[in-house]
Amino acid sequence: MTEILLGAYIFMLAIWVGNEVISKVPTTLHTPLMSGANAIHGIIVVGALLVATALPGPLGTVLGFLAVVLGTINVVGGFVVTDRMLQMFKARPRPAKPAEKK
Amino acid sequence: MELRELVPWVYFLAAITFIFGLKGLSGPTTAQMGNRVAAGGMLLAVIATFLERQVAEAWVLVLPAMAIGTVIGFVGARQVPMTAMPQMVAIFNGAGGGAAALVSILEYTHASTLSGGAPVGEVIAILLGLMIGAVSFSGSIVAFGKLQGLIDARAFKYAGQQLVTGGLFAGMILLSLVLVADAAGMMDAPNELVLGVIALLALAFGVALVMPIGGADMPVVISLLNAYTGLAVAMAGFAIGNQMLIVAGTLVGASGTILTRLMSKAMNRSLTNVLFGAFGAATAATAGAKTDDGRSFREVSAEDAAILLGYAQSVIIVPGYGLAVAQAQHNVRELADLLEAKGIEVKYAIHPVAGRMPGHMNVLLAEANVPYEKLFDMEQINEDFQRADVALVIGANDVTNPAARKDTSSPIYGMPILNVDQAQNIIVIKRSMKPGFAGIDNELYLDPKTGMLFGDAKEAVSRVVGELKKSG
Repeated sequence: MTEILLGAYIFMLAIWVGNEVISKVPTTLHTPLMSGANAIHGIIVVGALLVATALPGPLGTVLGFLAVVLGTINVVGGFVVTDRMLQMFKARPRPAKPAEKK
Repeated sequence: MELRELVPWVYFLAAITFIFGLKGLSGPTTAQMGNRVAAGGMLLAVIATFLERQVAEAWVLVLPAMAIGTVIGFVGARQVPMTAMPQMVAIFNGAGGGAAALVSILEYTHASTLSGGAPVGEVIAILLGLMIGAVSFSGSIVAFGKLQGLIDARAFKYAGQQLVTGGLFAGMILLSLVLVADAAGMMDAPNELVLGVIALLALAFGVALVMPIGGADMPVVISLLNAYTGLAVAMAGFAIGNQMLIVAGTLVGASGTILTRLMSKAMNRSLTNVLFGAFGAATAATAGAKTDDGRSFREVSAEDAAILLGYAQSVIIVPGYGLAVAQAQHNVRELADLLEAKGIEVKYAIHPVAGRMPGHMNVLLAEANVPYEKLFDMEQINEDFQRADVALVIGANDVTNPAARKDTSSPIYGMPILNVDQAQNIIVIKRSMKPGFAGIDNELYLDPKTGMLFGDAKEAVSRVVGELKKSG
C-alpha cells in the first residue's frame, strides 16, 4: 500500500504542477500545447515495454506487441507533429515548400 | 553497481524534462525547444528501459513493434496537411489510450498469477487505466472519423440514447466492482472473462459518448480525451509502480483539463453541455425557419471587393475554417502584402476557436509567414472593428454571427464573437449561403453593409488579388 500512497502524493503534486505550468499559455499556442502534451503521455510506451512479455502465450504476445506499437505511434507521431507545427512559428524567408526535410 | 540500477534515475530525469518541456511549450519563443527537451527525455527513458532484463530479452518482440510504430507515427505526422491537424492529434491520442488499456490488461493478468493475487489498490488502478484508456481509444477514433468525414459529423441522436450510454457506464462500473471484490478475497470471479467484458463495454462507451457530439464540438472532445489518456497513463503508472508514468500522465491530465475548460469557455458552453447537450438537434429545427423572412443579401464581384479594399485605410481580415480547408493562407498573405504596399493597415482577427481548435488558425497563418505581431486575439481587436473600413471575412461564420449578442433564442447566444458587424464595410468570402458548422443562419450576411463574394476561399482571394494587381 505504501507504494500506492507514494504514488498518490506524486499524483497530487503533479496535478498542481500541471495547473501552474499551463494556466499561463497564450491562445495561439493551445493547439501545439495540446499536441505536445499528447506526445508526453506517449511515455506509456515505457510501460508497454516493461509488461510486453508479462503474459505468456500467443494472446499475451499479441497484446504486448500491440501495446508497444500503439505507444510508439503516440510518442513518435506526437513529437514530430508538434515540432512541425512549431516550425511554422519561426520567421523564415519564403517557405521552400514541400521538400522541407529535417 | 549494476548499470540497470541507474534506470529509475534516468526516469527521474525524464520526468523533469517533461515538466520543463510543458513549461517551454507555453511560450512562443521557447515552445520548440520545450518540445524537443521533452522528446529527448522520452528517448533517454526508452533507451534506459532496455537495460531492464525482461525488456532486453524480449527484443525480438519489442524492436519490430517499435519499428512499426515509428514508421506509422513518423509518416503520419509528416504527411498530414496542416488543416487535418486536429484529427491527427486525435488518432495519436487514441493510440496512447489503447496502449494504456493494453498495459493495464497485461499487468492484471501478470499480477493475478502471483501468489495471493494483486492487491486491491493495484486492481483499482488497473481497472481505471483500462476503462479510461479504452474510452479514450474508441472515442478518439470516432472523433477522427467525424473530422475526417468518414463518419457523419452531425450529432448522432437516437431514442433511448442516454439509457444506452448510462447502461454501458453502469455495466462497466458494476463489473469492475466484481473484480475489486474478487481481489479483496470476497468472492471468486472468472477474472479474465470479466476483464474482457469490461474492456468491450469501455470501448462501446467511448463510441456512445462521442457519437452524439457534433463536429463543431470535436476539438473540445479531443482535448478532453487527451486529458483522459493522460489520466489512464497515470493509472497505468500506479499499476506497474512507475513514478515517471504517474508524473507524465498526471501533467497531461491536469493540463488537458485546463485546456478543455478554456476551449469550452471560448465557445461559451459548459463541458456538460458539450457532452450531453442537444446543440446539433436544437439548431437543426430553427435553421430552416429564418432564411424565409424575405430579407435578401447583396452579392459582390471580385472587382467590387478589390476596389473597396484598395481604397480603405484599415482592413481587418477574419480568417475561418473555410480558409483552412481551401489552403488559402498563402493567397491571403499575398493579398495583405499588396494592400500594405499601398499603405493600408492590415490586421488579422483571430477568434479563440477559429479553425477547429484554439491556435489552429495561428499555425496556418504562420505557415504562410504572416508575422506574429499582425495576429490579434479577439479581446485585443474587437474595439478596432468600428474604426476599420473593411472587415474581410474569409470562410468564417459562427464566430461572426451577431445573433450571439442579441438573439436570446439562438443556440449560440452568449458565445463571444468578433464584432465584424461594426466595421464600415464587410466583405464575406463564402462558398454559398449555407449555414456554418453550428447549423444556424448568420444575419451578418443580410446586413446592407455586407457584400457576399461567393467562391472557394483560395480561388476567390486570388481573383481579388488579380483585380488589385490590374488596378495597379
